[in-house]
Amino acid sequence: MTEKTTILNLPEEELVHPGNRACSGCGLSIIYRIGLKALGRDTILVVPPSCLTVLQGLYPIAATQLPCLNVTFASTAAAATGVLGALRAQKREKTTVVAWAGDGGTSDIGIQSLSGACERGEDFIFICYDNEAYMNTGVQRSGTTPKGVITTTTPIRGKLQKKKEVPAIIAAHGIDYVATASAAYPLDLYDKIKKAKTISGPRYIHVHTPCPAGWGFEPRYTVKIGKMAVETGLYDLYEIEHSKFKLTGPSRKLIGKKRKPVAEYFKTQSRFKALSDKRTEEVQQEIDAKWEGYENE
Amino acid sequence: MEKNIKFVQGNEACAEAAIYAGLDFFAGYPITPSTEITEHMALKLPQIGGKFLQMEDEIASLCAIIGASLTGKKVMTATSGPGFSLMQEALGYAIMTEIPCVIVNVQRGGPSTGLPTHASQGDVNQASWGTHGDHAIIALTASNHQDLFEITVEAFNLAETYRTPVILLLDEVVGHMREGFVIPKPGKIPLVGRLRTSVKQGVDYHPYLPREDGRLPMSDFGGVHRYNVTGLFHDMWGFPTDDPKSVHELHRHLIDKILNNVHLIEKHKEYYLDDATTILISYGSSARSARHLVENRRSRGELLGLLELQTIWPFPYGLIRKICADARYVVVVEMNMGQILREVKIAIDDPEKVFLANRIDGSYITPTDIRNILRLIQGKGV
Repeated sequence: MTEKTTILNLPEEELVHPGNRACSGCGLSIIYRIGLKALGRDTILVVPPSCLTVLQGLYPIAATQLPCLNVTFASTAAAATGVLGALRAQKREKTTVVAWAGDGGTSDIGIQSLSGACERGEDFIFICYDNEAYMNTGVQRSGTTPKGVITTTTPIRGKLQKKKEVPAIIAAHGIDYVATASAAYPLDLYDKIKKAKTISGPRYIHVHTPCPAGWGFEPRYTVKIGKMAVETGLYDLYEIEHSKFKLTGPSRKLIGKKRKPVAEYFKTQSRFKALSDKRTEEVQQEIDAKWEGYENE
Repeated sequence: MEKNIKFVQGNEACAEAAIYAGLDFFAGYPITPSTEITEHMALKLPQIGGKFLQMEDEIASLCAIIGASLTGKKVMTATSGPGFSLMQEALGYAIMTEIPCVIVNVQRGGPSTGLPTHASQGDVNQASWGTHGDHAIIALTASNHQDLFEITVEAFNLAETYRTPVILLLDEVVGHMREGFVIPKPGKIPLVGRLRTSVKQGVDYHPYLPREDGRLPMSDFGGVHRYNVTGLFHDMWGFPTDDPKSVHELHRHLIDKILNNVHLIEKHKEYYLDDATTILISYGSSARSARHLVENRRSRGELLGLLELQTIWPFPYGLIRKICADARYVVVVEMNMGQILREVKIAIDDPEKVFLANRIDGSYITPTDIRNILRLIQGKGV
């Protein structure tokens, strides 16, 4: 898998119908469309309550052409385990089972079943679309909401705690493939899903997913803001393959280059309005220290 | 002093009432249609020196408030059906360990994810029997914001008085509806504070030895007394026991402290019952439609009355039997398949005169819906 996918050799078949219930500018609708192209028709989806179940819509506005098990909130990976077990018992070795959950369904209420499935070595792909809060219920903080962000449950000073590093937690299970991606780089995500399909056992892909309504920016800036998160070095695209860490794509190109100041990224979204200059400076220092580590490797 | 008038959602009225009742610790997890309670607490509690926590799920939310209550705080959590289902194990724990706490369940359509933003009253039985084992519980409800305010305060008072979890069984219509109400002046509604032990430091304190009146004085956990708390059957020290006499006594205590005090716990409202030949029994938002119908029909001379239940559990069997004794028809109006209907049939001598007027399609039951069913029951045709 060295060949990079471009817009020209992307499969033409659409597995997500247009006219679905996603908000305008929804980052999830980008990655869902491209992600399903990478997964192909021989895929079974397992999805907990999340924006994705809203996007999939109410009949007759149903968005997905794949079989989808919309399961309870805490149990995405557990339900995927059951589907997988039955498929393999029927000797259906090729069908890909994909759990696709939001950050709450992955990092908070869903982490127990995910951790259990990773430890058991279930042969599935878990994709977390991380829009950094509970957007489906109206923007409440989640485990992956960054420090300082205003949500409806952190309305005064913003969230006091740091963002939970879910990919690192999952990588600590020693699974063979962990990757991060961004809705602003859908083709990078496409290639990562394609690669994940060639590996067996649990595979985890964490996708940074800008949300205009929840983050407070105009819908037309979804891709721009997603890119800024990467270009400032705040959110890094990488793969951990067989326990080996490697920056990928746009993040890899940043090595040795001057990164954009993170303050520029914060300015683009109203959710960061309570952020103090001191906190901004702290984040910048954390990014600089992190990248010094990357560059010295 | 000017009247403190609000025009807000029922969820916000509930949150304001909890603060009035002395709430100082709230842990919750967002879930429609209860999220506004959690959001209101996030905004308000820190400003009055209280503590708000968003937890990682509903199991954690209830367990956090149990810990905080034992340690001396007035506590609450809020959720809806799926979250309430997750809470059931911890609910049983709070019953067994006799921890005062208030759990709001703003009902949605169920089972499972069901209808998150629609009207239903399907969790009536779950509120009582969702958690395993034999037990008794208190569950309250209200149909309008003024009542909701008072019932919420009452929930805290009952939780402290009986050292028990109290369920506030609201529904989506009351939770999301906006309507006016007055926040009473401080002190207007009496508050029951934590009954703390008078046993001094260094003197043996028995956390599970009831006083003569059945109440159990508490000692803030981690404070001056060292004691054990367990979900196992326990003795007066709080240590696990399987001694049949101790198990029997604790089991009876947990049930009797509530069932022997139904007359003190029970609250309801009566409309035109004195001469009513047809009695509607309803609660929560469906009681609004029932009341509308009763008032409308009364103006035409029909002898219709309404009993609005505010205490769902312990179920007021005696009250129902008394009020319905002379009625020709008893019609239970609710948005489920007859969960209160079943209890009413148990309560009265001639259950064949009890009928159900319900709606289970997620739509709010209207006065017209009830009237149409009533015409069928009364043999007046469609």
